[in-house]
Amino acid sequence: MGAEHKVTAEDLAKKQREISVSEFFAKNRHLLGFDNPRKALLMAVKEAVDNSLDATQEIGVLPEIIVELHQLKEDRFKVVVEDNGPGIVKEQIPKVFGKLLYGSKFHRLRQSRGQQGIGISAVLLYGQLTTGKGMLITSKTGSKANAHYYEIHIDTQKNEPIIRQDKVIDWKKDQGTRIEVELQGIYQKGKQSVDEFIKEVALINPHAKIMYKAPDQDTLMYMRGIEELPKEAKEIKPHPHGVELGVLIRMLHSTTTGSVSSFLQNDFSRISLALAQEICGTARISPRARPSTIVRDEAEAMYNALQKNEKIIAPPTDCLSPLGEEALIRGLRKEIDAEFYAAVTRRPSVYRGMPFLIEVGIAYGGSLEKEEPIRIMRFANRVPLLYQQGACSSTDAVVSTAWRSYGLSQSKESLPIGPVALVIHMASVWVPFTSEAKEAIAPYDEILKEMKLALQEAGRQMYSYIRKTVRAREQQERVNLFEKYIPELAASLSVLTGEKKLELQEHLEKALKKGLKDLLAEVKEAENIEIKGKHVAYGEKQSTLDEGEHADE
Amino acid sequence: MSKDDTKKALKEFGIKITDQVKKDKNPEIRFLLRNLSNIIYDPKTKVLKLGKKEGTRSFFNVAHAKKFLQTVEVASVIKEKLLDSGKHSSLRDVFYMVKRTIPGTNTNLVDDQTESDKAIEDLEVITTLSREEMHVNANKNGSVAGKVVIEDRGDTIDWSKLGSGGWAIPSNVEEIKFKKVEAKYIIYMEKAAVWERLNEDKYWQKNDAIIVSSQGQTTRGIRRLLQRLYDEYKLPIYVLCDGDIYGAYIYSVIKYGSIALAHASERLTIPGVKYVGITMDDIEKYDLKKHFIKLDEKDYARIKQVSEYEWFKTNKEWQRQFKMMKEFKAKVEIQSLSAKDISFVSETYLPNKIKNKEFLD
Repeated sequence: MGAEHKVTAEDLAKKQREISVSEFFAKNRHLLGFDNPRKALLMAVKEAVDNSLDATQEIGVLPEIIVELHQLKEDRFKVVVEDNGPGIVKEQIPKVFGKLLYGSKFHRLRQSRGQQGIGISAVLLYGQLTTGKGMLITSKTGSKANAHYYEIHIDTQKNEPIIRQDKVIDWKKDQGTRIEVELQGIYQKGKQSVDEFIKEVALINPHAKIMYKAPDQDTLMYMRGIEELPKEAKEIKPHPHGVELGVLIRMLHSTTTGSVSSFLQNDFSRISLALAQEICGTARISPRARPSTIVRDEAEAMYNALQKNEKIIAPPTDCLSPLGEEALIRGLRKEIDAEFYAAVTRRPSVYRGMPFLIEVGIAYGGSLEKEEPIRIMRFANRVPLLYQQGACSSTDAVVSTAWRSYGLSQSKESLPIGPVALVIHMASVWVPFTSEAKEAIAPYDEILKEMKLALQEAGRQMYSYIRKTVRAREQQERVNLFEKYIPELAASLSVLTGEKKLELQEHLEKALKKGLKDLLAEVKEAENIEIKGKHVAYGEKQSTLDEGEHADE
Repeated sequence: MSKDDTKKALKEFGIKITDQVKKDKNPEIRFLLRNLSNIIYDPKTKVLKLGKKEGTRSFFNVAHAKKFLQTVEVASVIKEKLLDSGKHSSLRDVFYMVKRTIPGTNTNLVDDQTESDKAIEDLEVITTLSREEMHVNANKNGSVAGKVVIEDRGDTIDWSKLGSGGWAIPSNVEEIKFKKVEAKYIIYMEKAAVWERLNEDKYWQKNDAIIVSSQGQTTRGIRRLLQRLYDEYKLPIYVLCDGDIYGAYIYSVIKYGSIALAHASERLTIPGVKYVGITMDDIEKYDLKKHFIKLDEKDYARIKQVSEYEWFKTNKEWQRQFKMMKEFKAKVEIQSLSAKDISFVSETYLPNKIKNKEFLD
């Protein structure tokens, strides 16, 4: 019996083979966010829109993006995303779409939406897995260039593109890229929907024009709120404090520099000749040694020397491209109907050697729900984060801020209640997501601290508005209230005592006028509150005193 | 107090306000405070009553305006719709008679019944009228049986001829006339089920007793009925409750009064009542340990609270009871006596206790 089951190492070896990245992701699609059909539809739109926004940004064109969802069957959709970006050169098209982990963004440190180079090819892979169909790509790089039309599949074992169609077509557009992909999905409205995603994209990219067509609905136009492109983010070299040992070893072997000293100066930011010498000294390495000859132990010594050196100043921050307070307010105003808007853009800071900055936008009142927990919209490098709100450090920051001091009600460890929408945006060359699906920001202390400071500042601005208008209105309402109560009291007293109602009413009105001075003083005091903050804005409707008085007449 | 006196008292309340209004003053209502700081236990009369601390409520004060209006409105509704027409109504009716939206606002004069109830209590304190005198009654609650004949609004009622249900005690017993009362004592019990047992066993007939029950809380109507029988016929009253801290509290309310109704203590409390059971000593004596129900945190907190009442603090017998409760870590229900025999309570327990005068005071 035992003899039949004997397996030799040789037998096993026959079964052991390399697993391709594509195959791995085909089996672990949740790692990329394709957990369920509803989310898959969102991911497809998200990856394509991210690419379009990044691409237009790179060539300095104001984005104009078309997003269409066509329902083919109950759970089958065709997703179309078209942009006016630079297009993709013909030779690159198959690899960009049909090979996982192929991209230009992974190896550099610059603020961009995508960072791993899996996004769009994962969409193709998912579509192919669920429908058997590939992705249709049209791309044109200029008005005189040809428009190329491709149908691409992925060979999942080799992680290589398969070209099914390759032809030149007529395309009216001067330049741009259009993708069409069929996939299994579910379309729903509400939180975490494609609708919400597009709305948030329009909010955080007020310079983008988006035409969005959901199934069975008219096309929605999201117009621009600002006619300028965000400032171009510069690419930076890694900061010594942010590098890991493995990365350092890889860099040592692939550098084009000839000595360790020049390697340190050229391939990292913030290292001078003197500092390079000092680090070599601490690590007991000759500054003139060839980088490729450095062995692992030496590399570790160098790594420790880099980490411990406190003379290395923080990384440069011109690599970050925040929206800025004004653009953030414009985005909020065009997407959210509120009474008051404020925005705070913090100065750049650093976590683990990575520069980042936090921006917070706040909208108060108007159409926002008064009795519900406040609405939080989270963004990383201008990409909306719709899933895993509970696991995100931004939620921690909101929950641990004392909103009661800013006029909202809040019970312990929970979101405050009130008519408020919050935008929290983290811009960084590398956003520390908690997973590959890029849904929640990891809670580094430095990040949490910056988030809280931004929230507090925005909260203070909101509170001065609340005090100014809402409190003043409340006082006014009190005065109005007495006026309304007087006839009631006079009537009841008249029944009780037989006195004349009108006479009593006149007396009570006189008494009110006498006492009014004090009440009106309180109203004045509230009106005189100054709203602090450089960038604030108001909605069309204000709950001011004037309005209350008009309602009376 | 007659209906006309009641009307007069309410009118006086109104005139006190209109006098101020006519002088263009911010009108105020003054009344005795009903919060804990103004509740006093009088060791001489052995009842809880209101102290002398006064509060004022003024109309042109944001925090007071609505309550002020509610109190006056309730007074006028009672005068116009109840007293003038000679009708009676429930607390709920008063709520609906007052409830409406104040013109030009989105505020209701009263939002829920607790507000109109409170206004009535305020009027009781301000005018010293009772709720019943103002023709406002609570729900009927509780039953009575015994060899008693009464007259109620012209009808003659014999409490010994009312079958299994007995006479339902109304909330207003002021106008009842006692025609014949043949009883040596009264047993008041917190549980309707025990009353039904005693009634079926004809306890009241065999023992010349009046049996009275409520369903949980002892309402004003029951307390007033007990007080009248006690005052007018000098009948001893014995209280029968579960052997737990809530039983002790029910007894305490009947005997000394309650914080909520301290202003009405004179009309409601009966300093002479005695507690017949279930006592902690009964547990040993009648072997009730096997029917123990474990105490929870709330029970312990309540024991601590009640045992610190001024009138219990100096009462050694009751302190011993409270101590035993904590030692047993348990409570027992009256019905646990039924384990011996279904009629044990009516045939053995109560007759023995009363014969041997085993009471707690």
